[in-house]
Amino acid sequence: MEMITENAGLLLDAIGTTLLMVVVAGVGSLILGVLVTVARVSPIPILRRAAFLYVQFFINVPLLALLLLAVFALPDAGLILPLLPTAIIVLTVYESAYVAEAVRSGVNTVAVGQIEASRALGLTLWQTLRLVVIPQSLRAVVQPIGNVMIALAMNTALAAVVGVVELTSRVNKINLVYAQPIEIFTGAGIVYMLIALAIGLAAGRIERKVAILR
Amino acid sequence: MSEKPQNDAVARAMVRLRAVDKHYGELHVLRDISLDIAEREVVVVVGPSGSGKSTLCRTINRLETIDSGEILLDGEPLPVEGAALARLRSEVGMVFQSFNLFAHLSILENVTLAPINVLKMSKADARREGLELLARVGIADKADRFPAQLSGGQQQRAAIARALAMHPKVMLFDEPTSALDPEMVGEVLEVMTSLAAEGMTMVVVTHEMGFARRAADRVVFMDAGQIVEESTPSDFFDNPRSERAKAFLASILAH
Ligand SMILES: Nc1ncnc2c1ncn2[C@@H]1O[C@H](COP(=O)(O)OP(=O)(O)OP(=O)(O)O)[C@@H](O)[C@H]1O
Ligand SMILES: [Mg+2]
Repeated sequence: MEMITENAGLLLDAIGTTLLMVVVAGVGSLILGVLVTVARVSPIPILRRAAFLYVQFFINVPLLALLLLAVFALPDAGLILPLLPTAIIVLTVYESAYVAEAVRSGVNTVAVGQIEASRALGLTLWQTLRLVVIPQSLRAVVQPIGNVMIALAMNTALAAVVGVVELTSRVNKINLVYAQPIEIFTGAGIVYMLIALAIGLAAGRIERKVAILR
Repeated sequence: MSEKPQNDAVARAMVRLRAVDKHYGELHVLRDISLDIAEREVVVVVGPSGSGKSTLCRTINRLETIDSGEILLDGEPLPVEGAALARLRSEVGMVFQSFNLFAHLSILENVTLAPINVLKMSKADARREGLELLARVGIADKADRFPAQLSGGQQQRAAIARALAMHPKVMLFDEPTSALDPEMVGEVLEVMTSLAAEGMTMVVVTHEMGFARRAADRVVFMDAGQIVEESTPSDFFDNPRSERAKAFLASILAH
């Protein structure tokens, strides 16, 4: 127990770093993911193609490989950013591909007739997306996006490998000193579980809020 | 050829199709279609399943593109895409077989969505006009309900009100009563009949012969992507000229 109390400050710091990554990359990947989906359903072939390739690329490359690439290869190419922002950017672009997939599957649940009715009334593509497609797909996308966010929370641990001192990295360091792996890693596991639980509960609440009658 | 049979209104072509062709891959769905629809005219389109009636209807607001030929609305060629196309569509009302009311919006919001966002009408004006339209189609008391809470006939009347809210130059109806239980067909046809009487220019794909006789100025019979016959309702139903029309009429009378 004193292992925890003695390192409380460091641990809270590390949890703060983990939460910061979850929140910033979470919001960032939501915005980017929605933009990628808009590109994917747009009438402009080159945008659609680019968005498709974007999603395919990030879904098919391991996150760890991307992190290593960004941390070790980009500085070589002259792009130097501190570690934490680099990790957050990589997490954002990586998870945005999964957000885009989740949003697209939600968009696909909107009946074609709804879109045709909207176009027939003279609403533009953007108005159709904003006023008809997005409100109707919200319900279908909340849970899948919640799952992406939970995966993101777990994936932040990979940033430890490239040197970001977040929760996993910190408990690992503490364990090197105290050699009490069961306690310290179980404790970290509980923190991750709580984060996942909070995201899951929030998703459930939002889902009930946006429910529509069919 | 586009003379409106019995009407004093000037026979100006509101919709003009000239030599329109369309394929779906190998399938030649519209073959050299030429058709003029005068202002205030009501044209009923009939024909066997798969003859291209829906496709014809949908080309008029460019929900379907065409391969060749020309379509003019009120003298102007249909824009290809973008804002100009959206504006054109706002002038053409469309009523679908499956209603397609917006599931996430109340009936009144369904009716006011496009006036507010396309015509930039104020919310208050759109609401007032929307309620008037709902009253006109007999569902004023359903304004705050959601589509799923209405019967099919009520939903279709709401869909007609939604289209009318844009003050369209033409209304397109693609089998508006085919998805309805028989006891609800009458209430929708009644609304359409009064629209026709008020002088709305209408293109109606339907097999409702009573409506065609009562409200249509002209019946267009299509088969295999072609217009085979065009005549007044009584001529068409009582004295069909082509063998194909005779066979078609025999088949719908058999049911
Ligand atoms: N999007 C499409 N892709 C390929 N073929 C299509 C498409 N839409 C329609 N068709 C085909 O084109 C033909 C004409 O279809 P259309 O819907 O216009 O017929 P219709 O006269 O309205 O028939 P119905 O009375 O059954 O509604 C049919 O053979 C149909 O299968
Ligand atoms: Mg049809």
